[in-house]
Amino acid sequence: MKPFIVNTIILILGCWLSSALAEGTAPTMPSSTSSTSTNVQTAENIAPLLTALTKAKLSKSAKILVQLEQTGGTAMLPLFEQMLNGKLYYQRADAQIIYQVKDSNDTKQYFDIFSKAPLGALDSSLVKKIRVNSKLRTHLKNTIARIQLNHGNDEERLHAVIKLTEKLTQASIDELSAALKTEVNGKVREAIEKAIALYQLQTSEDTPSKLIAIAALSGSLDSKVRNALLKLVEKNSEGKYIEKDRKVRVAVQAELKRIDGRIKIFGFIEKMFFGLSAGSVLLLAAIGLAITFGVMGVFNMAHGEMIMIGAYTTYGVQLLMPNFMEYSLFVAIPAAFLVAGIVGMIIEATVIRHLHGRPLETLLATFGISLILQQAVRSFISATNRPVVTPEWMSGSLEINPIFSLTYNRIYILIFSLIVFFLLLTILKKTALGLHVRAVSQNRAMAKSLGIRTAWVDSMTFALGSGIAGVAGVALSQITNVGPNMGQDYIIGSFMVVVFGGVGNLFGTLVGAFSLGIANKFLEPATGAVLANILVLVFIILFIQRRPKGLFPQKGRAAD
Amino acid sequence: MKFLKTVSSIALATSLAFTANSVLAKKDETIKVGVLHSLTGTMAISETTLKDTVLMMIEEQNKKGGLLGKKLEAVVVDPASNWPLFAEKTRELISKEKAEVIFGCWTSVSRKSVLPVLEELNGLLFYPVQYEGEESSKNVFYTGASPNQQAIPAVDYLMNELEVKRWVLAGTDYVYPRTTNKILEAYLKSKGVADEDIMINYTPFGHSDWQSIVSDVKKFGKTGKKTAVVSTINGDANVPFYKELANQGISAEDIPVVAFSVGEEELSGIDTKPLVGHLAAWNYFQSVEGKENAAFIKQWKKFTKDPKRVTNDPMEATYIGFQMWVKAVEKAGTTDTDKVEQAMIGITAANLTGGVAVMNKNHHLSKPVLIGEIQDDGQLEVVWETEGLVAGDAWSNFLPGSKDIIADWTKPIKCGNYNRKTKKCSGQEY
Repeated sequence: MKPFIVNTIILILGCWLSSALAEGTAPTMPSSTSSTSTNVQTAENIAPLLTALTKAKLSKSAKILVQLEQTGGTAMLPLFEQMLNGKLYYQRADAQIIYQVKDSNDTKQYFDIFSKAPLGALDSSLVKKIRVNSKLRTHLKNTIARIQLNHGNDEERLHAVIKLTEKLTQASIDELSAALKTEVNGKVREAIEKAIALYQLQTSEDTPSKLIAIAALSGSLDSKVRNALLKLVEKNSEGKYIEKDRKVRVAVQAELKRIDGRIKIFGFIEKMFFGLSAGSVLLLAAIGLAITFGVMGVFNMAHGEMIMIGAYTTYGVQLLMPNFMEYSLFVAIPAAFLVAGIVGMIIEATVIRHLHGRPLETLLATFGISLILQQAVRSFISATNRPVVTPEWMSGSLEINPIFSLTYNRIYILIFSLIVFFLLLTILKKTALGLHVRAVSQNRAMAKSLGIRTAWVDSMTFALGSGIAGVAGVALSQITNVGPNMGQDYIIGSFMVVVFGGVGNLFGTLVGAFSLGIANKFLEPATGAVLANILVLVFIILFIQRRPKGLFPQKGRAAD
Repeated sequence: MKFLKTVSSIALATSLAFTANSVLAKKDETIKVGVLHSLTGTMAISETTLKDTVLMMIEEQNKKGGLLGKKLEAVVVDPASNWPLFAEKTRELISKEKAEVIFGCWTSVSRKSVLPVLEELNGLLFYPVQYEGEESSKNVFYTGASPNQQAIPAVDYLMNELEVKRWVLAGTDYVYPRTTNKILEAYLKSKGVADEDIMINYTPFGHSDWQSIVSDVKKFGKTGKKTAVVSTINGDANVPFYKELANQGISAEDIPVVAFSVGEEELSGIDTKPLVGHLAAWNYFQSVEGKENAAFIKQWKKFTKDPKRVTNDPMEATYIGFQMWVKAVEKAGTTDTDKVEQAMIGITAANLTGGVAVMNKNHHLSKPVLIGEIQDDGQLEVVWETEGLVAGDAWSNFLPGSKDIIADWTKPIKCGNYNRKTKKCSGQEY
């Protein structure tokens, strides 16, 4: 009923524009009349509020929203939701509230907020956005939670309870208690009971109810519970406990001790994970170099640019398949391997091959190539960074408990780096190419005399190393910038890992990458990121002094 | 035969000299404008845009008939993000190319590098980027924001509007963030914020692994007091920082981040959906509605032939600086550095966001300050602005060392580093 009336009032208020558009809205009205029912009185109160909302300054909007919630109730839900998403607009001519949806062609379509009647693609000069800031967004989220507490589905109700628990007041407790009476879902009931217990802990005056609340909340790792408990053992300015009852204090302290113990354990696990994840990025960046530098002995300063080429390939793939973003990375991985591999092959054939056995000149030449590649990207693509979209399945985090969660992108990259590593290991150990690569790197002359095409093997090895750097670029495009300079950030780290792990030893690279990553992450909280990097570098320099051949030096005649 | 050869070569040489002379004569009829922005290297990402802006302004001015009856001629050099090269190129622009004015620099370290050269050769530089303050040179006009035109109003906004009680000051490890954070720390403490409610963190340039820092920020914000991050993180490192925030589930409503180095240009390289609601403080946003701004955006898109190109704050600062220089030259009737410098003080130019900017005695501008929230289309929408203009402070009032120091380039003080208490001019210390 209400949408119908609201619409009618707006139509009456409206000028020629809206009446022209109303021809489209009229037929849909009857269907919306049956959905909700309210009286004419309410609708008359809402219309001026809506007009006020279109004119309000940001600081005044919250008040109007409160009034809208009181008079409109559940029917205002679409308005609140669209406003929260920043898609709420109004028509300049008659202040009709509408919302915006982008259709598959990326054109902006508008609909009436209540009747959902389509208004077509209005010109941007005819509509104006109803602005929202983060304060209003917080307000809207709470409002929506209050409405959904009684009307949403299981998931929405649970979410609503969690939202309301963030800032508990007597009013919200009353609402939660009322909701508890009719609530059937176990999880939601549990959440409401916790919220009520938390409120009791925060506000109650007598010992028994405090103890009951502590018992009810026992085992919760929620930071709000911890904060409430900490309040109970605070001392005043004279050094005396504010909480008088010793029994409560003992119970609180025992609970706090337990919580802090858990925080410590999970803190350690979290640091380990951060370290492994930092190590996995190092491993991905270094693993290609472990082949070109480690196995072939080529000082390839353009290695970082191979990573960059892989990242730009990801960008290119996403441009080509804008409607299949979720799968773009699976296409990008082989594409980046091929593109970077081919570029590597060209570099090998045109430059590196001719400098064989002259490491210093190779170093300078590849450094030049790296500058050329960077500037080429700047000149032909753009000097600015390119946006690479992170697919939905790689965003967000896996929440294990309130104090410990792992981000999905890091988990996937960690797994991915291990897959790449073991794939490469298999290629080197089990395939004919791998056998030839090892033969050539150990004794070129002997391999040649046994009929191995060394030039071809060199070319393939360099292409393999470059291709893997390209694959690393796909992964790195998900966690950092894609721009002309990105390779520079990884080249030093890569050399560090390969040298530290032991040149020519893939397992050394694996162990080196993870140990450097973990060391860095355990140092960082104590020293800050800048100093942690320096300390790790100093450590490596000292380590190389003691063991010039790294963690796992190659043994036997091949080592010379 | 040999004689003939000599004669002909002499003739050739004279004719060459002659043409060279006439070319020189023609060149004298233009006013040379130096453009000192990195077109290669790390900073090219930001600075190429400003080079194009200056070229666009020159083109427009020439269409209007030039300046003092002469055409403007751009001399573009590339200091390649290499700080000492900035000084060399400045020397080249002033001594060899005879540039009357230079528009350039982005990083503070590049500005510090060109300062001695400017002062030695008495050149003129317009510096268009927000910076840490604590400087005022006779030869430089600062058209970007100083800390009291960006950082302090942003903190005020968070404190008063969002009721923030706990502060994370996160920055890249170099001079601008360090000085700005020093000022902010002093300011917050003067407002009664306790030591344990301030967390300061520095990261290297291009830092990309933000896991532990974001996790620390998350823990820091869990004490029940509203927490905000004031970010002086340098452009490039912001993308992974914001990505990590989003991934660890920190939204703008939980812990808002206000940034001083993130504008439309930087956002055009990011998928901004997870960032909606985070804040940036500038003197200009592309989204501000108004005739001047609409015309400027249209002109820019036409000039770059890219309908998706965005405008940003340093571009506006370049625009204002250029307009002011043109007005000052017209007022002085010459391009002589000393005369233009005096004419500049008090000159006004229209802001693109409405109203006018004024050049103050300390070579800094009075400008409005805007706070914007990041939108899902990569634009920033104004959520708060200062009532009137804010005058740029060359020396911060919140640092013990610079409290009593002012800059005033008018008579009788004529000093960039003048102590009001001791009445002494310490000259320019770098």
